[in-house]
Amino acid sequence: MPEKSIASFDVKRLEILDEEGNADKTLMPGLSGGEIKHIYEMMLLSRAFDERALQLQREGRLGTYASIRGQEAAQVASAFAAEKTDWIFPSFRETGVQITMGYPLYMLFQYWSGDERGMKCPGGLNVFPVCVPVGTHLPHAAGAAMAMKIRGEKKAALAYFGDGATSKGDFHEAFNLAGVFRAPAVFICQNNQWAISVPLSRQTAAGTLAQKALAYGFTGLQVDGNDVFAVYKAAKEAIEKAKSGGGPSFIECFTYRLSDHTTADDSTRYRPAQEVEEWKGRDPVKRLRLYMEKEGLLDGEFQKQTEEQAEKAIDEAYHKMEEIGPPPANDMFAYTFEKPSPGEAQQMREFLG
Amino acid sequence: MAAVNMVQALNMALRQEMEKDPSVVILGEDVGRDGGVFRVTEGLFEKFGGERIMDTPLSETGIVGAAIGMSACGLLPVVEIQFMGFIYGAFDQIVNHAARLRSRSRGRFTCPLVIRTPYGAGIKALEIHSESTEALFAHIQGLKVAVPSGPYVAKGLLLSAIRDPDPVIFLEPARLYRMIKEDVPEEQYTIPLGRARKAREGKAVTLISWGSMLQRTMKAANGFDADVIDLMSLSPWDAEMVLSSVRKTGRAVIVQEAPKTCGFASEVAATIAEDAIAYLRGPVLRVAAYDVVLPFSKLEDYYMPGIERIKNKIEEAMRY
Repeated sequence: MPEKSIASFDVKRLEILDEEGNADKTLMPGLSGGEIKHIYEMMLLSRAFDERALQLQREGRLGTYASIRGQEAAQVASAFAAEKTDWIFPSFRETGVQITMGYPLYMLFQYWSGDERGMKCPGGLNVFPVCVPVGTHLPHAAGAAMAMKIRGEKKAALAYFGDGATSKGDFHEAFNLAGVFRAPAVFICQNNQWAISVPLSRQTAAGTLAQKALAYGFTGLQVDGNDVFAVYKAAKEAIEKAKSGGGPSFIECFTYRLSDHTTADDSTRYRPAQEVEEWKGRDPVKRLRLYMEKEGLLDGEFQKQTEEQAEKAIDEAYHKMEEIGPPPANDMFAYTFEKPSPGEAQQMREFLG
Repeated sequence: MAAVNMVQALNMALRQEMEKDPSVVILGEDVGRDGGVFRVTEGLFEKFGGERIMDTPLSETGIVGAAIGMSACGLLPVVEIQFMGFIYGAFDQIVNHAARLRSRSRGRFTCPLVIRTPYGAGIKALEIHSESTEALFAHIQGLKVAVPSGPYVAKGLLLSAIRDPDPVIFLEPARLYRMIKEDVPEEQYTIPLGRARKAREGKAVTLISWGSMLQRTMKAANGFDADVIDLMSLSPWDAEMVLSSVRKTGRAVIVQEAPKTCGFASEVAATIAEDAIAYLRGPVLRVAAYDVVLPFSKLEDYYMPGIERIKNKIEEAMRY
C-alpha cells in the first residue's frame, strides 16, 4: 500500500493596479468611467469622514472611534460590488462599507457619539449594527445566507472582519456552516496585519489567511487590499457565485491600518515607524487617483469638487446629528422586548416619576 | 385527546407549528434523521425534509449564531442544544447578540428565536448533563426563559415561545420527558409566557416551584393547606400571582433544583420581601440543591431536593 498525495491546493493572489497607478488591462473588471469616478468619490468621502471623526473625537464631541485609514479600497470597492438588498455584517471598522452602501452619515456620527439610534438601519438597506466583540457576527452572516437559500432569495450575505477575527472560534464555526450548507455568504477579511498590538505572525502560523477557506471546502483568494480593481473584481465574482448557487467564498484583502487601533490606542508603542511609512507609500486613494489621471478620468477641477462635496456632506451630517440631539432618556426602556415586561414597565414608571 | 408524555407533547407542538407556518425551521445536532437524542424531533425530518430540519455540524456557537442571522432574515428558528451543559459555547451569541439585537438596532432587526435544551438532574447521565443554570439566563435582559413542568404545559408554552417576537430559552427538564403522561389536546392552544399557574389552591402556605421540582413539591404539599404555584416562566415572571398568594397565606417556601446561592428562588424571595413583607408570619424559606459542584449520578439523589426536604421546610414555615 503506497503512501500517496490525496489533496493539493493552490492559493492565488490577485493584483491589478500597481502603486504608480498602472492597471493590468487583461485583468481589469468591467467598470465604466462613471463607476470608477463613483468609487473614487466614496473613497474620498470615507477618508474625509474618518479624518473628521478623529478630529471630533479629539475635541470631545465623539466617543472612541476606529479609523479606517489605509483600508478605503478594501471597504469601498467590495461594498460597491454588492447590491443595496444584500445583507452586510460589519465589524467596528467599516465606515467605508457603510458609506458606500448608502448608510446615512449623520447616523454614523450618532453611533460614534454614543447614540444607539445611529444603528437603526434605514429601510431599503440591510446593514447589521456594528459588531464590537471580534468575529462574533460571522455566524450571523452564515445563518442569514442559509436563510436566503431556504427562502429562495437571490441575495448574498457579506461579512467584514479583520485578521484578529480569524483566530476566533466563531470564524471557524461560521466558515464550516457556510461550507457545509453551501450558503451564499462572502467573507471579506481586511488583513491589516495588526490586531491592536498583536502582529499577524501571532494570529496564525499559516502562510496566508486565504488558505484557511480551503479547509472548509470553498475558495480563498488573497487580493492586494489597496488595489480597488482587484478587490472589486474578487468581490463581484464572489457575490455572483453566491447568488448563482455556487456557495461561499473568502477574500483576504491584504492591507494595512495606517492609524491607531482606535482613538484609545497609541500604536507607536508596538509598531515600527518605518513600517507605517512604507505603507503610506501604498496609499489606496493615491493609487486610484494616479490611474484616473492617466486615463483622463480626473483633473484638478474634479478633485476639488469631490473634496468640497465630501466636506459639505460631512458638515451637514454633523449638524443634523447635533440638531436631533441626544435620545430621550426613556429610550432605554423601549427595546428590551417588543412589549416591556411588567418589571421593566414598573421601573420605567418609577424612572419617569 | 390522548394521554402523552412530554416528548410527545413537544413533538406535537413542533409538528403542528411547522405545518401552519413555513417560516419555522429546526436546527441542531442529531435533530434530523435521528430525531434528537431524546426523540423530541422524531419524524419531522421525514415530514418536512432536510431544508427545514437541519442536522448541523457539532457547533454550538455556529448553530445559535446562524439562527440569530436566520431569525433576522425572516425565519423562525427553533434550535436544539443537545444538553444545557453544552450551551456555554454559545453563551456569547446568546448574551451579546440574541438578547441585544432588538435593542442595538433600535427595533430594525429582531430575534424571534427559540433555544430548546434538556436540563436538570435525575436521569443518571454523564458529567455536565445535569446542572440547572436557569438563573444565568433569567439574569440577561432581552431573553425570555420558560420552563415547562409537564406535557400539557410543555405544548402550550412551546407554541407561545415559537410565536414570540423575542428570543426564548426553553428549558426542558429531562427527568420529566417520559415520567408523566397527561391528556393533551390535539388542537393547538397556547400558554402565555410570563404567567404562572396555580397547581393547587390552599390558604396556609404558598409553595413556589417550576420545572422538575413541581412534581415533588406537589407530593410534599400533601397534608398541608398549600397554595402551589408553578411559575412556568422565569423571565418575565409572574410576581403578581406570587405576591397575591403570599398576601393571603403569610408564608412562602420556594423550591428550586439549582444550588441555593444566586438561584432564581433568591429573586422570588427578594421580591416577596420588598412587596409583601407586612403580610409575612415568618421568614421566606428556600429549598435548593447544595452549593456544591453537582456530583456524578451515584450521589445525585442526595444532591437534589427530595420530597422529605421540601416537607421539612413546609413544616418549618408552618411553625410561625
